[in-house]
Amino acid sequence: MLFGRRRTWAMLAALALVPVLVAVAVRIEDPGRDGPPFLGSITSNGLFVSLTAMTVSIPLFLPLTVGVVAGDTIAGEASLGTLRYLLVAPAGRLRLLAVKMAGAAAFCLAAATTIALTGALVGAALFPVGPVTLLSGDTVGLGGYAVRLGLLVLYVALSLLGLSAVGLFISTLTTVPVGAMAATVVLAGAAQVLGQLPQLEVIHPWLFSAHWLGFADLLRSPLDLGSLGENALLQLAYLAVFGSLAYGRFTTKDVLS
Amino acid sequence: MTPQVGAPLAVETRGLSKVFGSQRAVDDVSLQVPRGSVFGFLGPNGSGKTTTIRILLGLAAATEGEVRLLGEPMPGRGAVVLPHVGALVEGPGFYPFLSGRDNLRRLDAADPTTTPRTRRTRVEEALERVGLSHAAAKKVHAYSLGMKQRLGLANALLRPRQLLVLDEPTNGLDPQGTREVRHLVRSLSEDGTTVFVSSHLLGEIEQMCDSTAVMSAGRLVWQGGMEALRAEGRARVRVRTPDVAEARACLAGLGLEPDLEGPALLAAPLVDGVATEQAVAALVAAGVRVRGVEVSGETLEDRYVALTGEGFDVAG
Repeated sequence: MLFGRRRTWAMLAALALVPVLVAVAVRIEDPGRDGPPFLGSITSNGLFVSLTAMTVSIPLFLPLTVGVVAGDTIAGEASLGTLRYLLVAPAGRLRLLAVKMAGAAAFCLAAATTIALTGALVGAALFPVGPVTLLSGDTVGLGGYAVRLGLLVLYVALSLLGLSAVGLFISTLTTVPVGAMAATVVLAGAAQVLGQLPQLEVIHPWLFSAHWLGFADLLRSPLDLGSLGENALLQLAYLAVFGSLAYGRFTTKDVLS
Repeated sequence: MTPQVGAPLAVETRGLSKVFGSQRAVDDVSLQVPRGSVFGFLGPNGSGKTTTIRILLGLAAATEGEVRLLGEPMPGRGAVVLPHVGALVEGPGFYPFLSGRDNLRRLDAADPTTTPRTRRTRVEEALERVGLSHAAAKKVHAYSLGMKQRLGLANALLRPRQLLVLDEPTNGLDPQGTREVRHLVRSLSEDGTTVFVSSHLLGEIEQMCDSTAVMSAGRLVWQGGMEALRAEGRARVRVRTPDVAEARACLAGLGLEPDLEGPALLAAPLVDGVATEQAVAALVAAGVRVRGVEVSGETLEDRYVALTGEGFDVAG
């Protein structure tokens, strides 16, 4: 359903544009050593396009698209008038929430995959491709790199689960999908701003955006999955808390739209 | 498990109330809808019909009171009861970016008790039944209001139902469409389906239904057979006279309650024990210039207006 919708494909296409823009820009003008992480490495190895694109998408583009999908989950059905028909079908309120959350999670995975794959393809098309030098200095072949890129995609998709759960909860509060989308995106921004303020260091580990850019461990040798585990724990905690809030709200809500 | 087929009432509520803030949208409503009936749920806009329907279907929670659908308590047993209930609630709601056919398939899939194997045929049959087969592949955003309404009916008919709850089913339909809905309701009723139709249009209910309930400002003001509602209307006597004041006093002396209907026209419901000729004799004896007398039965519309109040004030 989510993937039968033109809007979803438009958002994935927009995300795919990020690595394309990065690669084309670097192709036109060598960036030297400035710019976002991995940018300078692209000219020598096109596979780095994926990493650069992922890094620049995480703060804004990814949360934006995830906010649209998660904010739309329940509020979108309510505003179309389909929510009452789903409930009368009867879809079951818990089942409906679970399906919607699963849909949002699938979108997170699709979004991260889109950036990684387009990045690898565009990079391979425009630049030389070869064994990749990791942050630890070791070199891995294409196979090893593919494994790490796969892990990176999982890491980023996982990172966005907490935000999705928050969006799902907000979506049960309103019948105006745009409101829920905007609120979710604003929270994503707010969490990152809070994460920048050293005075608020106490709460930093608890922000859902805490580990968003912490995937460097996946690019070291030997492979360290510690940060992936920590991030997973945090995101699952958000999923549990906001999933329960959404459940509590949605199962007692009068559907009047 | 299926709902108790033997339960004599398809819909039963006891003391149902719904409070929004300080407003009692539904106030102590006790409905009894017999199985197999075509039940008209009448009332002006804003009288609490749709809110009642939402509570019946478990979309909204009642502030007080109980609901039983097909003998089972709602909303507790919704998962068991609702597959046997087809509903059209407050206008159709569909995904504009999907075709009519895909919308029905998705809504059918939302019910975990349906059989995916028969989905295709059931969807086509439902579309056929509401005359929408030719437009099934069109996206719903290209549908007219009437077509969406038909698609909403098709959704209610996706599987055989014991009870259909149709909220304003003829909204947005042209006269042919309205007739078709009437025929559809009749044929469904002949198959044994209980049909609960809400409407603010008396004529529609009168033609379709065999029993009815009338709502006004959140309260149930009448409930029973259609014939009983018709029979309850009292005859009225109308007296045309220039001597309005004298005539009024004279009629009041007989125990009638005359109202001025025109500049020289008094009307009063007849009461038991006062025959029309008695009233005329009394008027003439009192020296009232009687220029015309007419006795008419009360129309159903008069009865309806008497129950729900007159004018354009929307309760709310």
